[in-house]
Amino acid sequence: MEILYLLIPLSVVLVFLIGWVFWWSLGSGQFDDLEGPAHRILQDDDGPQ
Amino acid sequence: MCCPGCKAVAEAIAQGGLSSYYRSRTAYAPRATQPVAQADLRIYDRPEVQSGFVRSLGAHERETTLILEGITCAACVWLNERHLGGLSGVLSAQINYATRRAQVRWDDSRISLSAILEQVESIGYRAWPATSANAEQTRRRETRAALWRLFVAGFGMMQVMMYALPAYLADEGSMSEDVSLLMRLASLVLTVPVVFFSAAPFFLGAWRDLRRRRPGMDVPVALGIGVAFGASLFATFTGGAEVYFDSITMFVFFLLCARWLEMRARQKAAANLEYLDKALPLAAHRLRDFARGRQTDEVPALSLRAGDLVLVRAGENCPGDGSVVEGDTECDESLLTGESTPVRKRSGDKITAGSLNRLSPLVVRITHVGEETCVSGVRRLAERASMQRPRIAELAERVASRFVVGVLIFATAAALVWLWVDPSRALWVAVAVLVVSCPCALSLATPTAMTVAVGRLARRGAVIVRAHAIEALAGVTHVVFDKTGTLTEGRFSLVATMPQRGVELDRALAIAAALERDSEHPIATALGAAATDAGAVVACALRNVPGSGIEGSVFGLRHRLGSLPFVAEIAGALQPAEPGRAGATRVWLGCDGRWLAGFDLTDPLRPEAQAVVQRLQADGKRVLIWSGDATAAVGAVARQLGVEDCEAGLLPHDKQARMLALQQQGAVVAMVGDGVNDAPVLAQAQLSIAMGSGALLTQAHADIVLLSGRLQGLVEAIGIAAQTRRIVRQNLVWATAYNVVALSLAAAGLVTPWLAGIGMGASSLIVVLNALRARHEARGTRHEVKASRFFPPRTSHLAPRP
Repeated sequence: MEILYLLIPLSVVLVFLIGWVFWWSLGSGQFDDLEGPAHRILQDDDGPQ
Repeated sequence: MCCPGCKAVAEAIAQGGLSSYYRSRTAYAPRATQPVAQADLRIYDRPEVQSGFVRSLGAHERETTLILEGITCAACVWLNERHLGGLSGVLSAQINYATRRAQVRWDDSRISLSAILEQVESIGYRAWPATSANAEQTRRRETRAALWRLFVAGFGMMQVMMYALPAYLADEGSMSEDVSLLMRLASLVLTVPVVFFSAAPFFLGAWRDLRRRRPGMDVPVALGIGVAFGASLFATFTGGAEVYFDSITMFVFFLLCARWLEMRARQKAAANLEYLDKALPLAAHRLRDFARGRQTDEVPALSLRAGDLVLVRAGENCPGDGSVVEGDTECDESLLTGESTPVRKRSGDKITAGSLNRLSPLVVRITHVGEETCVSGVRRLAERASMQRPRIAELAERVASRFVVGVLIFATAAALVWLWVDPSRALWVAVAVLVVSCPCALSLATPTAMTVAVGRLARRGAVIVRAHAIEALAGVTHVVFDKTGTLTEGRFSLVATMPQRGVELDRALAIAAALERDSEHPIATALGAAATDAGAVVACALRNVPGSGIEGSVFGLRHRLGSLPFVAEIAGALQPAEPGRAGATRVWLGCDGRWLAGFDLTDPLRPEAQAVVQRLQADGKRVLIWSGDATAAVGAVARQLGVEDCEAGLLPHDKQARMLALQQQGAVVAMVGDGVNDAPVLAQAQLSIAMGSGALLTQAHADIVLLSGRLQGLVEAIGIAAQTRRIVRQNLVWATAYNVVALSLAAAGLVTPWLAGIGMGASSLIVVLNALRARHEARGTRHEVKASRFFPPRTSHLAPRP
């Protein structure tokens, strides 16, 4: 069970890492519009303009 | 196509290769309103006007936020984004579907802001700069902070639970001291940000409440978190029996979820008010020297001062409250009154900010601008209303806060008893009592159900303006309708014609339509729609006589259309006429020395009115009609709808007196009205409902606004409100029962901490899930009248309405 002494601190570090990633995504505005992108992906923009 | 404008737009869309808009749209764009002389958009290009809302990003690069009007589905967003993005000079255009705002960056040297706005208008939408850019920034910051707190709490909760689970599951002695201490320390590390960052609003709120000596829900919550955290911290470092880190994080996460939902609902309600903003123009033409001439300076409207003289051209909105100094015109004050019939304004008359000048230039002496105007006052009122919390939620808070005081006393008592029985367990029993008691089930019970209901109603076109509306709606016994604009369309249509001997009907209609060609009056619209060959006749030298009618020359002969005496002035003696249809308005057409025809116009019933009234009556509500109109017209409508209680010719204060009398008999009355004349009676009613097509002032005072004037929304809203009330009651009963049982068990020392944690989480979850159940519309459909009966499927796909 000695591995726990490594795994538990590692999991804490991982949590903070994930927290940082979320903070970054929040700051870059990915959560500002939660409805639009779901519709936008259905738009076919490939046709000749 | 509904008009040549639409045709042009449809062609523009097809030529621009944007026709996939038609394939992917899921809702029709709103019908174009009657064309009004367009205000000059170039005013937005002036740097002094732009300073309020445009950010400068470089030598020529500019950025601003535009509010878009007319966005109904994702295809509209796509269309606007593509169209704007394709303009040369526009660097980027991003539209937020949720807030209907566009973030536009452009190169000032290549394209002007007014050109961008014009382009939006050319494809059938309207854009105006968001002057409340600061509010927008604050809102965004708030949303991000709340999401970040929620995420920290949620992620902390999940991870702490991972560490807590082994301790619950492991057999006695199978986990070494070191490992268990390590897990506790790891839990502590993750709980610290949850308590000190995510839960910070609760601590701040509790501190504020204590300083004001008005304990709210935040006090017990902060106390619970604080005590449990302190006890767990103590246990971690002294090797105590139990830690509660998992319970704390879960508690915080659930509470933040509820707050998040509440905030979203509030922001959505506030966004509905922004249309009041656009009425106030951003710029004004200030007269340099009124006595000498008419030279004007373009200035930002906010820099105007009381006493300034401004010129308001036809098609422009008045920039501030004031009085008319020169000019004679008609103004559309429908922003405040809902009355779309233009009001005549002459020198000396008062004019309110936002009134649309329709005919000829006016010189106005400004008395109030900006925040001091009548319109701004209305907006502030409505904003304040949207911040209010429902009374039932306040009640739940009071109950919850008393409940927590009770729990505190109970925990202390239990600790004292245990101190006497078994001193080593006393603290832990007290903590178990604190944790297992679930004030959050109580404080979640109402807001979640309410939020769900508000969201569901908004999707069905009923916007809850004031928070207590849902509660009141569920208990309504009487529903009173004002006739015009609620049960009826509020729009005229031609029902009967009386051509005089020897006059062709089509010809008479064509002449009438030609005379009314430039008029915006509802009657003119009805005549124009009825004329089959309106183009065949050309009228010139048109002259509008406000209040009487219109005069013009057709085939060199003077014609008049309007009231009987007005036409009689040129047509000669009064003709004997057959009595008009009940409730109809009659206008006459005549030329020099001759009567041509009479037209009867009525305001038809809304197609769904009959079904809605029947539905309400079937649900045991009494339906009444109180109208200010003539007896005959009201009686006809009442008979048609099967309403027995109807009174006509009532003045606003008569209605209010009748309302008071009803209420003294114990009735809970909902009043449905649309005009500003209904304001007193709407204020008197327990629940006021305004039509979205009516006056904005009335809407701002109403509890509920039925958007796009769908009467159907009323029936659905009552059904949803009743369901919401049922769910709130279920939740409160459940939360009470759970707490009684759990508290007794905990005080008896039978609840281990993990059981306490699970119990608390489960009870919150049950409450939230029960509230979310209302989102599924299974039971709600019982209250709906089949929509397809009133909205027959569109057959003509050939006529796009962009």
